[in-house]
Amino acid sequence: MGPKKGNTGSAATATILALLLVLLTVLTVYIFAAKTWWFPPAINEIGKEIDQQFMRTLVITGIVFVLAQLGLAWAVFRYRARGQRATYSHGNNVMEVVWTLATAIMFIGLGILSQRTWAAVRIKPAPPEAMRIEVIGQQFKWSFRLPGPDGKFGKYKFEAHPEQEFTRDPWVVDADDPDGKDDIILGPGSVIAVRVNEPVELLIRSKDVTHSFFVRELRLKQDAVPGMTVPLQFTATVPGEYQVVCAELCGLGHHLMNTFLKVLSREDYAAWLKDMTAE
Amino acid sequence: MTTHAGAVHEHEAPKGFIRKYIFSLDHKVIGKQYICLALFSAFVGMFLSALMRLRLAWPAMKLPFFPDGILPEQYLALMTMHGTIMVFMVLTTAPQSGFGNYFLPLQIGAADMAFPVLNMLSFWTTFLSLVVLMAAFFVTGGAPLGGWTVYTPLSAIGEIAGPGQGLGMTLWVIAIAIFSGASLMGAINFIATTLDLRTRGLSLMRMPLTAWSWFITAAISLLAFGVLLAAGILLLLDRTAGTSFFIPGNLVLTEKVISHKGGSPILWQHLFWFFGHPEVYIAILPGMGVASHVLSTFSRKPVFGYRAMVFALSAIAFLGFIVWGHHMFVSGMSPYVAIAFSVLTMSIGVPSAIKTFNWLGTLWNGNIQFTTPMLFALGFVSLFVSGGLSGLFLAQPAVDQYLTDTYFVVAHFHLIMGVAAIFGMFTATYFWFPKVFGRMMNNTLGKLHFWLSFVGVYAIFMPMHFIGLAGHPRRYADTSGAPFLQALDPVHHFMTYAAFITIAAQFIFLFNLLWSIWKGEKAGINPWNATTLEWGVPSPPPHDNFAGHEPTVYRGPYEFSVPGVAEDFILQTTPPDKVVKS
Repeated sequence: MGPKKGNTGSAATATILALLLVLLTVLTVYIFAAKTWWFPPAINEIGKEIDQQFMRTLVITGIVFVLAQLGLAWAVFRYRARGQRATYSHGNNVMEVVWTLATAIMFIGLGILSQRTWAAVRIKPAPPEAMRIEVIGQQFKWSFRLPGPDGKFGKYKFEAHPEQEFTRDPWVVDADDPDGKDDIILGPGSVIAVRVNEPVELLIRSKDVTHSFFVRELRLKQDAVPGMTVPLQFTATVPGEYQVVCAELCGLGHHLMNTFLKVLSREDYAAWLKDMTAE
Repeated sequence: MTTHAGAVHEHEAPKGFIRKYIFSLDHKVIGKQYICLALFSAFVGMFLSALMRLRLAWPAMKLPFFPDGILPEQYLALMTMHGTIMVFMVLTTAPQSGFGNYFLPLQIGAADMAFPVLNMLSFWTTFLSLVVLMAAFFVTGGAPLGGWTVYTPLSAIGEIAGPGQGLGMTLWVIAIAIFSGASLMGAINFIATTLDLRTRGLSLMRMPLTAWSWFITAAISLLAFGVLLAAGILLLLDRTAGTSFFIPGNLVLTEKVISHKGGSPILWQHLFWFFGHPEVYIAILPGMGVASHVLSTFSRKPVFGYRAMVFALSAIAFLGFIVWGHHMFVSGMSPYVAIAFSVLTMSIGVPSAIKTFNWLGTLWNGNIQFTTPMLFALGFVSLFVSGGLSGLFLAQPAVDQYLTDTYFVVAHFHLIMGVAAIFGMFTATYFWFPKVFGRMMNNTLGKLHFWLSFVGVYAIFMPMHFIGLAGHPRRYADTSGAPFLQALDPVHHFMTYAAFITIAAQFIFLFNLLWSIWKGEKAGINPWNATTLEWGVPSPPPHDNFAGHEPTVYRGPYEFSVPGVAEDFILQTTPPDKVVKS
C-alpha cells in the first residue's frame, strides 16, 4: 500500500510534526495574550473602539488558528500510516455547507461590524468647532500651518493663481490674500500641538511625493498625496508627547522623517502658541 | 469539447543542441527553463534579503562592496529588487509556467501545449525581462528605489526625486512591461490547451486539481497583466515623454518646481493593484493545486470535496479582481468605496476557508505517508492558515489604519507568498523530480531541508506580526529614527539569525537537487503509486509524451483506497476490466 519507494516516514515524523504544530500554536497564543509586543495605549475614544474591534478579530482568528493548526496536528498524528486502509470518501456536502456558512457569517459579520468605526472617523464630518491644522509632508520633514485667529487659511500662490505657471515658490502664501495674513507657518521639522479633549481636523497634503502621517497612539494613519488635501479628524484625551512617523516610502530619508504631536491643556497650549508666534 | 484529433498533434523530435535545449518547442524543456530561471532568481532574491536583514540588525556593519556599510538608499534599492525579483521572477514563473508547462499537457493526455512556438517565445521574453531587470543593478545610479510597488509620483518624476529614480527605475518599468507581455502569451497557451487538448474521457471535472489551478491562474493572468502593461507604459511616458498621468502640478523637489501637471498619483495605485491583487492569487493558486494533489496522493484518499475545491479556486479568482482597494484604504481613496472593498475582501476568506477545511478533510481517516513532498504539502497548509488569517485584520479599514504600512503587512504577505507559495514549489519539486529526471531526490536531505525550513520561516516571520503591532513601519532602513523602534532591535536580531539559518538550509536543497539529477537512485515509472496520467509514461517522458497514441481516461484523478480493489490506487487510464479486485 502507498508509494513503492520506502521514504514513508515513521511514527517519529508524525509525532515531531504534530508537536511542532502544537508548539507553534501555544507560543503564538501566548505572545498575543501576554501582549509582549503591543500597541501603545490609545489616546482617543475612537482608538479604543479600534482596539475593541481588533480584539474581536483576534478572538475569532485566534479560534480558527488554534482549531486549524491543532486539527492538522491531530490528523497528522492520528492518521499516520500504521497499516490501515484509508476511508474511501469524496467528501461530505452537509459539512461543506455548515462550515462555509459559519465562516461566511463570522468573517462578513466581523467586516460589517467594523465599518461603523471607520465611518465615525472618515465619513462623519469633523465638528464645525474643530481646530484645523494643515499638515504638509515633504522629503524628509513635516511642516504645519495654523489658520490663525480668523480661522481661515490663505491661499498659496498656485491656489490663488491656478492658471499661472510658477517656477519659484508656489507654496508661499499669496501676499494679496487677506485670509493668509494671520496664518502661522511651522516650517519643516516643526513639532505640532493640539489641545486635549478638543476636536482637531488635520488637512493632509504633500509638496513632492506621497508620504503618510502616522501617530500610533491615535491609531490613525493617512497618506499625504501630492495634488490632494485629505482630512483626518481626532480628539485626543490624554496629554503627552507622541511620535509622528512617515509611513509611505518617500526616498532615502523615509525612516528619519518624524516629529512629535503634543497634546496640551488649554494653558500649556496657549503658552506653546505664544512661543511659536514669537519666533 | 475537446478536439481529439488535435490531442496528438505532432512535431518532430528536434535535432541538435540548440533546437533541443535552447530554442526548444518542447513544453518539457520550456518548463525546465522556467524553473531554472526561477531557481536562479530565488537565490539572487534570497541573497538580497540576507543583505537586508544584515542591515536591519547591524546598520553600521561594513561588508564587501559596501565599505561604508549599506547606505539607507542602498537598503531601499536592495528591498525593491528583492520584492520585484521574488514576486515576478520566482512566484509568477515556476508555479505556473514552470511546473504547469511541464505537467499540464501530460496530465491531460496531450503531446504538447496548444501553441509550442508561442510557448518558446513566452520563455525567451521572460528571460529578456530578467536580463533588463538585472541590468538595473549595473547602470549609473544603480537599482531603483520604490518598493516593488513603485508608487508615483516618486517613481515618475525622475532623478530629481532622489537616488534610485534614474535609469535603473526606467529599466525596471521596461522589464516589467516585457514580463507582462510574456505572461499574456503564456496565459493564452494554458487556456487553449486546457479547453482544447484534453484526451478522450478527460472531462473538466476529471482533471486533477493541479490542472484546474493552472487553468484558472491563466485566466487571472490574461485579465490582469494587460492592466499592468498599460500602467507601465503610462509610467514610462511620464518618465521619458513629458506626460503627467501620475504627476500633479506644483511639486517642489530640492527647491525646483517640477513642470508636470494634471496627473493623479493614486491612479497608479488603482492600476497597479488592479493587477497586483490578482497577481498574488496567481502566485498561490498553483501551490494550492499541488497541495491538494499531494495531500490526496499521500493520504491514499480522494480529495475531500473536489467540486467544492474547484468552486473555491474559481471564487477566489473572481473575487480577487474586485478587492484591490484594500491596499489603498488610507491612500486618499473615497471612504465609501473602502467599505465596499472591505466587505468583498472579508468574503474572499470564505473560499480560502473551504479549501483549508477540505485539506484537513482529505487527511482525516487517511493513511498518511510522510514522504518529503507530503511534508512540504502539510507545511503549506499550516503556513497558509497562519498567513491568511492576518489578512482578516488588514481587510477592515478601521483596523488597517494602524496596521497598513507596518511590519504586520510584511508578515502577512511573506507567510502567504514568501513561504506558503514557496513550500508549494518545494512540494512540486520533490513530487515530480522522479518523473522529470528518472531519479529520486535524496530522502534524508529532503527531510532535513523541510524541518529546518519549516521552523526557520516561522521564526523569521511570526515576530514580524509583533513589531507591526508595536507600530514599526515597513521599508525603514533602520530603527534609529525613534525610541519606540530602537526598543524592537532585539526582535530584528532574532529574525536575522533565523533568516541566516533558513537561508543555509536552502543550500541543502540546491545540493540535493543538482546531485540527484546525476546521482539519485533510479526511479521507475510510478514511484509514488499515484493516479494521474503523468505516472503512466516513462521517467522522463519521451519527446511526444504518449508515444503517438492517445490515452483514454476512465475515472477521476483521486481514486485511492477504492473498496474491493487490491491496490490502494487506480491510474486514471487503467481500463475497468484491468483493475485487479481484492
